[in-house]
Amino acid sequence: MEKMPKWADVALIPLINLTIAFALSALVIWAIGESPWQAVKMMVGGALGSTYGWGYTLYYATNFLFTGLAVAVAFQASLFNIGGEGQAAMGGLGVALVALFIPFPHWSIAIIFALAGGALFGAAWAFLPAWLQAKRGSHIVITTIMFNFIAAALINYVLVNKLRPAGSMDPASATFPDSTHLPTFHDMLAPLGIAFSKSAPVNITLLIGLALAVGVWFLLWRTKLGYEIRAFGRNQDASTYAGISVTRITIIAMMISGAIAGMMSVNNTMGESERLILNSVEGAGFIGIAVALMGRNHPFGVLLAALLFGFLYQGGGELALWTKIPRELITVIQALVIMFTGALDNMVRDPIERAFIRAAKRRKAAS
Amino acid sequence: MDYVSILQIFDSGVRLATPLLFACLAGLFSERAGIFDIGLEGKILVSAMFAAAIATFTGSVWLGLLAGVAGSLVFSIMHGIASITFRGNQLISGVALNFLASGITVLIAQAWFGLGGRTPGLSGSERFLPIDLPGAEALSGVPVLGPLYSELISGHTLLVYVALAMVPISWFVLYRTRFGLRLRAVGENPAAVDTAGVSVVRLRYSSMLIAGVLCGLAGVYLSTGLGAGFGKEMSAGRGYIALAALIFAKWRPWYALGATMLFGLLEAIANRYQNIDLGGFIVPVQFMQALPYILTVIILAGFVGKAIPPRAGGQPYVKER
Repeated sequence: MEKMPKWADVALIPLINLTIAFALSALVIWAIGESPWQAVKMMVGGALGSTYGWGYTLYYATNFLFTGLAVAVAFQASLFNIGGEGQAAMGGLGVALVALFIPFPHWSIAIIFALAGGALFGAAWAFLPAWLQAKRGSHIVITTIMFNFIAAALINYVLVNKLRPAGSMDPASATFPDSTHLPTFHDMLAPLGIAFSKSAPVNITLLIGLALAVGVWFLLWRTKLGYEIRAFGRNQDASTYAGISVTRITIIAMMISGAIAGMMSVNNTMGESERLILNSVEGAGFIGIAVALMGRNHPFGVLLAALLFGFLYQGGGELALWTKIPRELITVIQALVIMFTGALDNMVRDPIERAFIRAAKRRKAAS
Repeated sequence: MDYVSILQIFDSGVRLATPLLFACLAGLFSERAGIFDIGLEGKILVSAMFAAAIATFTGSVWLGLLAGVAGSLVFSIMHGIASITFRGNQLISGVALNFLASGITVLIAQAWFGLGGRTPGLSGSERFLPIDLPGAEALSGVPVLGPLYSELISGHTLLVYVALAMVPISWFVLYRTRFGLRLRAVGENPAAVDTAGVSVVRLRYSSMLIAGVLCGLAGVYLSTGLGAGFGKEMSAGRGYIALAALIFAKWRPWYALGATMLFGLLEAIANRYQNIDLGGFIVPVQFMQALPYILTVIILAGFVGKAIPPRAGGQPYVKER
């Protein structure tokens, strides 16, 4: 059986999918009476035209890098983790508890504990859906959706009734102590003599995210566990036959996924708001789905997709500020990306695959 | 708690259960034919927006209804194209459509009305108004049964009664017609249906259309019956609660009525009482809001009876050569 070349699979088809998604997005902008060209110019200017813009773009990209990796790890085991949103929210609770109740002498120690707290809470929140899928056969997609709602209610309860400082009306925790303040790019680059916007929230968590991407790549392609996860994702029956435990891999893959999603909250809770607020994740868990699909569940692809979505998110915010195009445009673009790189992949793939196979046959016939 | 307030809670429960019931039945038709439909939420939202917008423009709630159902149908067909024709991942398609709805409704409402994603408030003939059943006024004086009739049974909008009527109709269609038998078969074993010479694709598309109409009615009711106008994200997770109700109902029409009524009632109680005091132990309102989801997880866990989904659910059908 002839196959199409690898470059077409990893680059050409995603590129065509994205082009269709963005073309339709441009059509949407045009249909609501704005100029797509102006919109793109404004987005580029707002997101990449200043260190302030870059600071926000990279801050959002950090969030999406974490959630994208989380979804990608689960996808590798062919588990669809829609629960990144809830796992990241619970991770935020873990981060907040660590930051509020353990007195840290220095941020460098605080961040380690915060990462552990976020990972622990995120993984714990993924455990039950994973266990239910492995042991009781309940569908992971449904249970993780349910757990998103339960997490939202739980955090609402904790913020309103437990963590809210006395006398405050705002459903949010107290501000974290100063010793947990993470260095932003401004803090980090100033000693090197590079001027970076002081108000942009991008911080050291981005570097941790990059290291994590390498770690995920190593885990998936260089370890036994990673091999088992991928084998399980490709063919469950064959991997069971090879002695891979369904229960073990399902639970481990989901808990790794939940832990990565939970760690995201170090970026937004500790790095940006410096307190736990209501709906702190702001949909980043869901954007992770688009990021993972676009990045073909590979850490490097996820990184590129996270940067693109960081740009879209910041650029979209600028659009909402200066034009009549609401922020929700980003949600539409996100939806179209998921649709065309995910569900409608075959629409592009089939004809291209056929074209390559035809070309190969013709070459063979000629020689 | 007196009799009248109990009736009022039940009354409000029925109203809140109606969109859930429509959406749950939509999911029932879709999943019974083997198509997972996470996109219920999005279809409700799209329909709610178009219904409110067109009712505003034309002053007629009936044209609004048509527009809402049409919007929901378009989304249904998109889901069909992705998951039936191109054999894509049904879950991913549903997720994408939910986001698409969440974004595009605000974009369109903002472009048309400039109210930050809302539509103007609806009134009079732009809404479905409560219908007083015959004799409600006269019988309200009769003890016990009078208030029951006039408060709980009478005084709902037309769509509430339509939703209730949909339950026996759905049951009849699914269990007493040839179409229903084939529809259920296609969700369990599409290859057998194909072998019998019946088109799997056609059956699955018809289930998509039915789901589209029913979800559309859920949205229409939300913005023109229960509420008076469209607001950003006004479906507020109802599509997911309907999905939960569907599992709770084990993919059966009559159970769907019970499950959605239960969830509607829970919402009504949570709306009315912020925190419920059970003799010293206080049940927080957040727990009440999360209860439908918690119950669904318990049901899914199989500790209270087993919920077995249609066997071919979620798998695209590839015809043998």
